[in-house]
Amino acid sequence: MRRSLVWDRVATGVFWAIGVFVVAILGAIILHFLLASMGTISLDFLTSDPSRTNLGGVAPILWNSVYILALTLLITVPLGTIGGIYMAEYAGDGRLPNLIRLSQELISSVPSIVVGLFGLALFVIAFGWSFSAISGALALTVFNLPLMMRLAEQALRAVPQDERDASLALGATKWQTIRHVVLPLAIPGIVTGIILTAGRIFGEAAALIFTAGLSTPGGYDFSNLNVTDPRSPWSPFHTSTTLSVYIWKLNSEGLGNFVHQIADTSAAILVVAVLAFNLFARGLGRALQRHTTGSR
Amino acid sequence: MTENDVTVAEMPPLTDSTQPADASSVSPSAASAPQIRIAVQPSARAQDSRNLETRIAVKDLNIYYGPKRAVRDVTMDIPANAVTAFIGPSGCGKSSILRCFDRMNDLIPGARITGQVVLNGEDIYDKGVLPVEVRRRVGLVFQRPNPFPMTIYDNVAYGPRRHGVKDRARLDEIVEGSIKRAALWDEVKDDYRKKSGLALSGGQQQRLCIARTLATEPDVILMDEPASALDPISTLKIEELIEELRQRYTIVIVTHNMQQASRVSQMTAFFTLGQDRAGVLIEYAETAQIFTNPRQQLTEDYVSGRFG
Repeated sequence: MRRSLVWDRVATGVFWAIGVFVVAILGAIILHFLLASMGTISLDFLTSDPSRTNLGGVAPILWNSVYILALTLLITVPLGTIGGIYMAEYAGDGRLPNLIRLSQELISSVPSIVVGLFGLALFVIAFGWSFSAISGALALTVFNLPLMMRLAEQALRAVPQDERDASLALGATKWQTIRHVVLPLAIPGIVTGIILTAGRIFGEAAALIFTAGLSTPGGYDFSNLNVTDPRSPWSPFHTSTTLSVYIWKLNSEGLGNFVHQIADTSAAILVVAVLAFNLFARGLGRALQRHTTGSR
Repeated sequence: MTENDVTVAEMPPLTDSTQPADASSVSPSAASAPQIRIAVQPSARAQDSRNLETRIAVKDLNIYYGPKRAVRDVTMDIPANAVTAFIGPSGCGKSSILRCFDRMNDLIPGARITGQVVLNGEDIYDKGVLPVEVRRRVGLVFQRPNPFPMTIYDNVAYGPRRHGVKDRARLDEIVEGSIKRAALWDEVKDDYRKKSGLALSGGQQQRLCIARTLATEPDVILMDEPASALDPISTLKIEELIEELRQRYTIVIVTHNMQQASRVSQMTAFFTLGQDRAGVLIEYAETAQIFTNPRQQLTEDYVSGRFG
C-alpha cells in the first residue's frame, strides 16, 4: 500500500479513537455509579429520611435539591430572559452593554466556592436569612443569571432579521415585534438554555456549602403549606442540604455505617438526573423548534 | 423591422392620453436588441401621468449610509392607482429609495436621508411623524417570501391585531377578504385556519405575504423584487395580481426583470450609478416611452441590454 494511504488510515484511526474515548469516559462514569449503587438503590432509599444507624434514605435531601433548583429558576429565568432581551434587542454596541458583557464573563469565571463565601456574607449573615434554601438559591442566581442572560440573548439573536422586518413593515412596534414574533421563535433556544442551566444548578455543591447549609429537617409533611414554618418542605427559610453537598459531607466527615453506599447512590441519582436534564433539553428543544416553525 | 417584432401584451390604459404610443414609436435600438420584447398593444394608448393624482412626491432625496452617499438628488412624483417600476443595475439604490417610502431605512444603523418624501400631502420624515404610523399606511413585500411561522390565518391577522382589531368577526372578515384579494383563497380556503404559512409553496407564500400586507389596508404597496425568487408560473400569478391590485392601490415595484417592468407597470423610473457611485435617477416616464422611445442614451443602452 502507498505510504500516504497508510497514513490516511492511521490518522482516521487516531481521530476515531479520541472521539470514542470521550464516549468511554461518560460510559465509565455512569457505569461506575450504577454498579456502586446496586443493592442500595430502592424506592425505600428515595422515600426515607436519612438515618445515623441504618441505611436510611435521601428523601428530604432530594427534595431540597429540587426545591432549590425550582427557586433558582423562578428568579433566574424571568430576570435572565428580560436581560437577554435588553442585550439582544435594545443595548446595541455602547459602553454599558460592553461593560455588562465583560461582567457576565467575569462572574462566570469566579470560582463557585468564592460565590458561596459571598453568599455567606450577604444573604446568610447581612440579610440574616441564615443557612437556608433562599440563601442558597440567591447564591446560585449570582453566577447563573449572567449565563441565562447570555443564553437568552443568543437565542434571540438567532431569530432571522427577515422575521423582524416583516413584522415592522406591517406597522408593528418594536415591542410588539419582540413579543409576537421574536420571542416565540426564540423559545426553543431559551428553553434549551434553561434546562442546561438547570443541570448545572442541580449539580452545584461549592456555592451551597456556606449558604444552604449541611443539614436538613426530616419528616417533611407536604400538606404543611405554611412557608414560614421551618419544618414545612415548602419553606425556603430552613437549612436545606442538597444531594451534591450531601455527597461532599458524607465523604469528608465519613461518620456512620453506610457512608460510602449512601454517597455512591446519591452520586448515581445525581448523574442520572443531570443526564436526563440534558437529554430532555435536546429533545424538547427539537420538538419546540418543529412546533414553532410549523415544519414537519 | 416589422410589426412582428412587437410583442402584444395587455396593458390597459389608465386615462385618456395626449400622447399615443403605438408600434411606430418603437426606437431603432429595440430592433437591434430583439430579446427585449416591448409590450405595447397597438390599440393601447400610453398613460399620461399628468392626469393622475400624485400619491408620493419625492423631492431632492439623498440617502446616506454613514459617510457614503448611496442615492443623489432624486425628485419624482409617483401617481396613485398605478404601478411604478424601478429598474436599473444592481447597487443603484432602487431598493434604498423604495425602503425610504415606508421608513424601513430607519432600521439600518447609520442610514439617514435629506430631502422630502411626501405621502398624501404629508412629509413622512417630518419630526412629528412616527415610522410605525407610516408603515401602517405603506406596505412592503420582500424579495424572499417571509411568512411568519404561524397559521395562514394568523399571518394575515397579524397586522390588524397589532393595530388593535380584537373583534373576531371583524378579523375573520379582514382575513378572508385579504386572502381573496391576494388571489390565494381557492388554494387555501379549506385549511387556512390550521395550515402553517410555511407549508405553502414559494409562490403561495409570496401571495400570503401580499395578503398580509393588504390586511393592514395600506394606500401604497412597495414590492422589492417580489418575484425574483419564484418560478415562471408563480411569477405570472404575482404579475396578474399586481395588475388586479392597481385598481385600489398605488404600487411601486423594484425589478431586475425588464420584461416584467414592461408588463406590469404604467410608469418606469430608470436609475444608475453616478460618477461618485451614488444612485441617480436618469429617466422617469411612462413605461411605453422608456422601453420604446427613451430620451436618454443611458436608458436606451440599458433597456436594449447593452449594459447592466
